[in-house]
Amino acid sequence: MRPFSYQRATDPAVAVQALSAAAAANDALTKAAAQPLAGGTTLIDLMKLDVMRPTAIVDINPLADGWSAIDPGNDGLRLGALAKMSDVAAHEEIQRHYPVIANSLKLAASAQLRNMATLGGNVMQRTRCSYFRDVSYENCNKRNPGSGCAAMDGVNRMHAVLGASDQCIATYPGDFAQALVALDAMVEITGRSGTRNMPFSELHKAPGNTPDIETTLRPGELISAFSISGRWPRSVYLKARDRQSYEFALSSAAVALDVREGTVRDARIALGGVATVPWRAREAEAVLKGQKFDDGLAQRVADAAFADARGRRHNSFKIALGKRVVARALQQAVTMEI
Amino acid sequence: MTAAAPEPKVNMGQPVPRYDAAAKVTGRATYASDMPLDNPAFAFLVTSAIAKGRIDGFDLDDAKRVRGVIDIVTHENAPKLKESKLFSNGGYAGTTIQPLKSADIAHDGQIIAVVVAESYEAAREAANRVKVSYTATAPSATFDSPGTTTAAAKGQSAQFKEDPEVGDFAKAFDTAEVKLTASYETPTQHHNPMELFSTSCVWMGDNLVIYEGSQFVYGLKNGVAEQLGIDADKVRVVNPYVGGGFGSRGSMTPRTAIIAGIAKRLNRPIKLVPTRDQGFTITTHRAETRHEIKLGASRDGKLLALRHEGAEVSSRPDAYCVGGTKTTARLYACPNVASLVSIVRADRNTPGFMRSPPEVPYLFALESAMDELAVKLNMDPVELRRINDTTNEPIGGKPYSSRSLMACFDEAAKAFGWAQRSPQPKSMSDGEWLIGYGCAATCYPTQMAPSAARVRLQRDGRTRVEIAGHEIGTGAYTVIAQTATERLGVPLEKVAVFMGDSDLPPAPVAGGSNSTASTCSAVMMVCDQIRQRLFKAVMPDSLTDKAKETVGISQAPATQAAKSDRPLDIEKAFNALGVGVVEEYGEWKPEGAPLDSFKAMHSGQVRIVGGHAMKDQIAYAFGAEFVEVRINRFTHEIRCPRLVGAFAGGRIMNPRTARSQLMGGLIWGMSSALLEATEIDERNARYVNDNLADYLVPVNADVPGVEVIMLSEQDDHINPAGVKGLGELANVGTNAAICNAIHHATGQRIRKLPVRLENIEV
Repeated sequence: MRPFSYQRATDPAVAVQALSAAAAANDALTKAAAQPLAGGTTLIDLMKLDVMRPTAIVDINPLADGWSAIDPGNDGLRLGALAKMSDVAAHEEIQRHYPVIANSLKLAASAQLRNMATLGGNVMQRTRCSYFRDVSYENCNKRNPGSGCAAMDGVNRMHAVLGASDQCIATYPGDFAQALVALDAMVEITGRSGTRNMPFSELHKAPGNTPDIETTLRPGELISAFSISGRWPRSVYLKARDRQSYEFALSSAAVALDVREGTVRDARIALGGVATVPWRAREAEAVLKGQKFDDGLAQRVADAAFADARGRRHNSFKIALGKRVVARALQQAVTMEI
Repeated sequence: MTAAAPEPKVNMGQPVPRYDAAAKVTGRATYASDMPLDNPAFAFLVTSAIAKGRIDGFDLDDAKRVRGVIDIVTHENAPKLKESKLFSNGGYAGTTIQPLKSADIAHDGQIIAVVVAESYEAAREAANRVKVSYTATAPSATFDSPGTTTAAAKGQSAQFKEDPEVGDFAKAFDTAEVKLTASYETPTQHHNPMELFSTSCVWMGDNLVIYEGSQFVYGLKNGVAEQLGIDADKVRVVNPYVGGGFGSRGSMTPRTAIIAGIAKRLNRPIKLVPTRDQGFTITTHRAETRHEIKLGASRDGKLLALRHEGAEVSSRPDAYCVGGTKTTARLYACPNVASLVSIVRADRNTPGFMRSPPEVPYLFALESAMDELAVKLNMDPVELRRINDTTNEPIGGKPYSSRSLMACFDEAAKAFGWAQRSPQPKSMSDGEWLIGYGCAATCYPTQMAPSAARVRLQRDGRTRVEIAGHEIGTGAYTVIAQTATERLGVPLEKVAVFMGDSDLPPAPVAGGSNSTASTCSAVMMVCDQIRQRLFKAVMPDSLTDKAKETVGISQAPATQAAKSDRPLDIEKAFNALGVGVVEEYGEWKPEGAPLDSFKAMHSGQVRIVGGHAMKDQIAYAFGAEFVEVRINRFTHEIRCPRLVGAFAGGRIMNPRTARSQLMGGLIWGMSSALLEATEIDERNARYVNDNLADYLVPVNADVPGVEVIMLSEQDDHINPAGVKGLGELANVGTNAAICNAIHHATGQRIRKLPVRLENIEV
């Protein structure tokens, strides 16, 4: 870890000012000299590993008073960015009206981490690619743009089969973001000119030729809230992983359905553990919508979800696995009692 | 009594709580890196980013500018150290690859520089700013990599002298009615004890004190002295508690003498706390192995032919191997046995002991093959073991000192509900989960080594036991205190035990599951010396011989001596002696120990005897393990809701600590089967998942049901304590039991560990 200054931001304007001031115009957000600190569960690790080297830390936890609301209403849900994962997962109305959100949070990390980690920080957590996290490997386009990708032909069991480029195959590791992208969530961003809202699906950027640029946030911008319209009681988050708890997904699916008399009126499907960004499977949804549900349909939907998937040496299994996870999640969602 | 403190059966001690329980749960137990130092400097390691090649040069300017940096040590300015031979060749080292000696790189993560600074943070920051230029050459990573060399272990490894064989395997296999040939594979694994591989060195004049978690303080003391070229009496190693070892702290690693040398040069205490990922390359690991098993049997299940070929990866300079054929060739009655162990040399660091080093990989192969044979024979796998159970090992015909293998199978089968198993694969399920039951035998050699002890008894009953044993989390303090209590008749709360200090009387390496048998035998003997003195003081001369006999100062088994014990009036004896304290020192060695045992003991050299290498017998602890696996039809996730093991290990000193050991073993066995593997990037021979987020070990949710059954077993032929040692018993059979259960659940035979969901086809 390298020396850094530490500042507690007592109101949003102070935070935005502090984060903007240190930023050079062309900095990728991940390389910005000033970084916000919420739960600290990703940033501190990466600083210890010398992967992130901010010179200024802006502690935004004092903003929790205004930014940690859990506010389920009749028309939709608003979640403050500084709400703790554990608090949201345990919230009774979230469990009832948005099981996909509650479960995506409950199945993530460990109890200790969920008590520390915030929703905003969670969606911003960075990839677990071993080569990215170990600075002794020079070849990492995400860490050292233009240096190559050690994972491409290396040990890549955990890596992405969707949304990858020939520059980067690092997996987006989180769970909650799949629920958000499935439910067409909006994200509220607070910056120098106040707040703006954009679809959550526009937050993360696939690696393309610039894997170091992971989101559309600019230095000085902070996620302040998420909002979702409507309620999604018929929704599930299914996560397949090597151990029973405290482990990243090998494949996961966030599924939300509106089913009436056996016909799927509306369908949302997002994939985790298999893609470079929180992955919305719109083609798969199109196959599902308006149809009578049966196992054959589930299979066709799953096939559509992975139609563009491309495996490498150790991760090809994720394509077959991902399809089974999608099909199973759909079955669970259709048959769940609500 | 509770599950954690089982009711003692015959030949078991009391399940008293751990001697160190309160200190541990309150955080007062001081581990090596907790030791307060006066004005220490902090060291941080720089390790190589290539596995083979040379360092062309360092650019240290940026690193030196970090405030607080005191020194940066590289091969260009490192303290000169003498070489130490491999522990198995009369030395102390776990590897002969000595870093900082030249610009050469022999493996990934080799120590190439040490940054010393006023704070840990400054040292770490500066280490991150060290720039190294290399000339890299293509390394050989593992099996099948270009550039490896393979040769028989026999003839090159001091640890492996003979490939066991008997009869005519080729002929017997050729004519056998039922045959099986199968190949198995186990991965590289790392110990990952909780305590990092810290070392602190403090010089006081010419005397050096080392605070380091070690499983062998006498070995480390003598080894570091040898490397520094100083008298071993000037070196002291202190570690009252060790935060897990599992073999990783059994032999000396290069870091210790380096830190000691730098501390001497800077004339300042130095504290090194390496990171978790550095721990993957600065110590040892369990090497990856490959096996081919051939079994020939009669239609009724009698083994007629067995051949076990094993291959293990080692480093270029060191012929390390575990050679588990010494166990697998002898486990079952079989008249025709052949075996061969080979070593494959690659550009890796030298592997080393890891919990049950030979038995884990080699019994995975044999016990999987036995299950495959049972399937071929359409026979219950438990019955196949029963048919081939034996009282004598087949190679030399020596009798097992005791063998409760089938009793363990029967007890565990009953507790597990094996009778409810429908034998057909894929025949049991529960909703979306396929269910499989599997079992396997487990065993581990009974081993002992010479040990000394000092015991002091005061008039008021307060007792002090001193022995340079090691508390690696097993309950060593507790069972030693119990031994003194039982032999001297003093209350447990009056016994103080001092361990983990090389200034105390020597004890063997805490490895090979020999600690309890060795240290308790030594403490028993010395307690008996005290009893003898006290008896002599109060007995008329004519009775002295009789008294001597009753206290059993010879190697009579504990139980026999206890039976003829008579109560001793300590107060009266002290009055007769006219002293306030009686203190005795003694040196114990097991039967069959070599002539130089005591000399070797003081110079930190291992003289373990036991297992198959005893003169007139063979001694092993046995067990049987049953597991239930559940495999999700959709995700193929593999879970293990139930592990049941029954074990017989001679005298159980303390059912509480023993159960805890065995439970930990079962959990580790499951972990080994389903989770643990160090991934190697074959392009550059580097470890990739060198952290506890990516190197998976079980969490609580993975082990909802673990049941440990301890059988009553008495063995009067092994050592005075009657102890077989069970630290490395329980994690042996689990790998095979799980794969056997997976076969039962799915019909699919998996022969390569660990088993992951992508290996399941249902």
